Amino acid sequence: MTTTLSHSWFMTWRHLRNLARQPWWIAITLVQPIIWLLLFGAVFKATVDIPGFAADSYVDFLTPGIVVMTALFSGGWAGMGVIEDLNRGVVDRFLVSPAHRGALIAGRLIQLAIVSLVQSLIVIVLGLLLGARFPGGPLGLLALVTISSLLGAAIGALSNGMALLARKEETVIAASNFILLPLTFLSSAFMQRDLIPGWVQQVARFNPVDWTVQAGREALGTQTDWGFVLARFGWLLALAVVCAWLATRAFRSYQRSV
Amino acid sequence: MQTAHDILAPMARDRAAAAIEAHDLVKTYPGGVRALDGLGFAVEAGTVFGLLGPNGAGKTTTVKILTTLSRPDAGRARVADLDVLRQPDQVRRLIGVVAQRSGVDREATGRENLTLQGLVHGLRGRELRRRVAELLERFGLAEAADRVVGGYSGGMQRRLDIALGLVHRPRVLFLDEPTTGLDPEVRAGLWEEIARLATGEGLTILLTTHYLEEADRLASRLAIVDRGRVVVEGTPDGLKRELRGDTVQVELAAPAPDGRVRGALDRLATVREATVEGRSLRARSDSGATAVPSLLAALESAGVKVASVTVARPSLDDVYLRHTGRAFGQADEEAP
Repeated sequence: MTTTLSHSWFMTWRHLRNLARQPWWIAITLVQPIIWLLLFGAVFKATVDIPGFAADSYVDFLTPGIVVMTALFSGGWAGMGVIEDLNRGVVDRFLVSPAHRGALIAGRLIQLAIVSLVQSLIVIVLGLLLGARFPGGPLGLLALVTISSLLGAAIGALSNGMALLARKEETVIAASNFILLPLTFLSSAFMQRDLIPGWVQQVARFNPVDWTVQAGREALGTQTDWGFVLARFGWLLALAVVCAWLATRAFRSYQRSV
Repeated sequence: MQTAHDILAPMARDRAAAAIEAHDLVKTYPGGVRALDGLGFAVEAGTVFGLLGPNGAGKTTTVKILTTLSRPDAGRARVADLDVLRQPDQVRRLIGVVAQRSGVDREATGRENLTLQGLVHGLRGRELRRRVAELLERFGLAEAADRVVGGYSGGMQRRLDIALGLVHRPRVLFLDEPTTGLDPEVRAGLWEEIARLATGEGLTILLTTHYLEEADRLASRLAIVDRGRVVVEGTPDGLKRELRGDTVQVELAAPAPDGRVRGALDRLATVREATVEGRSLRARSDSGATAVPSLLAALESAGVKVASVTVARPSLDDVYLRHTGRAFGQADEEAP
């Protein structure tokens, strides 16, 4: 157990350090959520005029949606890092060393969660600057950021597992493109739940992105139902654990192919 | 009468002396490519053993199995007295692996790469820092230690690969085609490093290569691998000695029909085992120099024009040809 933890930390450190050495990557990672918030905020501004839309300002409503979407996308593309390590032989090097397999995945997920955290904070600060108000206060924001990072980690684990199974850049790109936007729009990220079509509402009930968005909004609201937030947190935690386990298992499938 | 002890004792002794044992390894990849077809060999502790063969012969697959990365469909293997299939975790602590594909972290510095590898192997604190510094010094990387590996030359990167494989002082080191793709000068430098590893610390080294010269120079014993099997095993000198005599190589002025050339040579008592590939004719002779005049005369009377003749001591190339029926370079080109 202690070995798994220390190995996870070594791997986390490796990924964070390597990211820090890619200035372009940092710039894009930080600027992208800002663009989303500004762009979606402008395009969908008139949403508040729809009869039945509860929030007074769309920025109030949109900011948690963008936080979740950012975490989702970071997670969805995480498999690309695995592909690069596979192509360079780095994965093989660790697989023939005593490096713990779980730690090879955990290190990536922790790094992902840390990056999501930073991105979320940027989005929240920008939302505040644009006049968003969050009655849930710091505790609500903390809940939003935590639960979003958890979603990012779960999706990131799936993406890592898929990269190990597919072992091709093209497959990971195609799958991410295919899945990420529909997951975002089959949720209440950009539109109040009772204003989206009935069938989308039904699908959204099974969409982890919607669990996250709903729990995040609930935590930021005036009278937070913490039982609801904790339940969604529990679902996402379970999902993340299952996905991380699957991703770790995917090493076996990879090893059968070499 | 022979007792059980008499039978078992030599086996036990063999096992203690062997640092690597592979028995009847079979591996078929999806799509039906049979990479290994009953491959087996044993490596005595503290020696350098070469697996020599063209690309696609099964060398890398063998290394992947022995280093626990891949599993065979059938067969057994032991490394450092551990069962590779049953005790992979223990095996990984005792082996160093320098794979064909480098595996270094290009965004990290040489020192950072070595430090992470040491941490994974359980080294910590002062001991780790000292070991890393020692390896950087030993492989001539001290100056570049804090530069990102992406900027290293091919030779530097390869030296770092080897250093990575040695951080935890392994008992068995696997070098999979360590000098492929390097300049001749860099290769010669690396050969010196590898030769030095073998003489120090009692390390057992399994080296795979498709350079005959490399195997000849570094390995104390070698196995020639072709199409997933060991075709012959021995010391480089022993294998060459088996061939007796010299190699006579004739470059023909133009490609000649195989039958006509061989027909001309069959009548000669001074040369044997003649083979023709394109414009190149090879034959063996107990005494090359005295065989040349009669060989040339025979070819001329058969109407075959000759461009040049060389007489050489047997090389591993000849050993390869003798046991596989193909010239080494040709097998390499055939490989997928």
